[in-house]
Amino acid sequence: MDRIPILRMGNVLLVTIQVDMHDQLAVRLHDDLTNMITRTKARGVVIDISALDMVDSFIGRMIADVASTTRILDAKAVVVGMQPAVAITLVELGMSLPGVLTALDAEAGMELLRAGADD
Amino acid sequence: MATLTDRLLAVLQQSQVQLLADWLKAMRASLGKTAGAISEAELQGQCQEFIQLLGAAIAAGSLADVADDHWRPMREFLTGISRSRGRQGFSPTETATFVLSFREPIATHLRRAEGAASDQLLDDLAIINKLLDKLGLFTTEIHQQTREELIRRQGDEMLELSTPVIQLWDGILALPIIGTLDSERTQGVMEALLQQIVATRSPIAILDITGVPTVDTLTAQHLLKTVAATRLMGAECIISGIRPQIAQTIVHLGVNLGDVVTKASLADAFKLALKKLGKSISVA
Repeated sequence: MDRIPILRMGNVLLVTIQVDMHDQLAVRLHDDLTNMITRTKARGVVIDISALDMVDSFIGRMIADVASTTRILDAKAVVVGMQPAVAITLVELGMSLPGVLTALDAEAGMELLRAGADD
Repeated sequence: MATLTDRLLAVLQQSQVQLLADWLKAMRASLGKTAGAISEAELQGQCQEFIQLLGAAIAAGSLADVADDHWRPMREFLTGISRSRGRQGFSPTETATFVLSFREPIATHLRRAEGAASDQLLDDLAIINKLLDKLGLFTTEIHQQTREELIRRQGDEMLELSTPVIQLWDGILALPIIGTLDSERTQGVMEALLQQIVATRSPIAILDITGVPTVDTLTAQHLLKTVAATRLMGAECIISGIRPQIAQTIVHLGVNLGDVVTKASLADAFKLALKKLGKSISVA
């Protein structure tokens, strides 16, 4: 079964979702990511969803869950590159993901984590 | 014994000239001043065509349903008339009068042809009146449709005109909203803004509502949605240009603008945006 790769860059983990998310894949990513954060003692996670052009409420909740789990594990999660259509869908679904950090692209996301690490 | 179809056709053919003259007179009388918008010759041409098409349709089949196939030439002709009159600013009544004013002359001529009043004449008149009523209603319907198309097109044009996304500075977008915000419009505004955020990689967007006359709960909710969507994409949204009455309304409505950044004017919002980007304007 395919899984979404998690790349390690220093103390930041980079997750790039390049395929259509289905529920199984999302659950698996959640597992992998939490294990990886604990193992590598990462301080931040950048989730790039710029290739994701469709979401449902399950994926939306998954994103929120990943962000909260990461926070509990003392790391920061930034969701980057959300497509307009996805953003509109999530808002219409009533999931405006409060508490989740966002940035325009991976670069901006990295910068945000770096700025946060200083204080 | 001759059928109604035969009798009608006979009247239409034999007294065509007289019928036409009477009809034009009746139309002039009921239209009054507005009749001047169409020239005499044009009107006469239209009337002649109507009588010809009517004759052809009557000869071709039943008078009961004008939606039938053999009435199509007539329907197309009336559609053309209705549309052109709609564009010339005729009212629905004036448009329908074209067909309805034919009732009187045809009745007169039918009576003349059939002699004294009889049951048969009354039946004939009932049928022909029903037919003309249907045709009259048809013109009204088309007239209405033409108007509705016009209104829809104007609405679309206004929608296009009123949602420009402006790039104020490198990384700062502004969206001045003018006019009332309804669901459909907000959707368009939201999409335009989000697309531009992606295209220009702008981390800050200013939503200026100086030109929004009133805010109700729905509008406020739409604004909040736009702000939320912008945030999800990783940009920040500042709302500016909230007028005193609107601020009062928002508070009265109990809408929680929560952690949305608001500024009094577009200038203030711009200043804040520059500050957030670590830039400033100084006098040279």
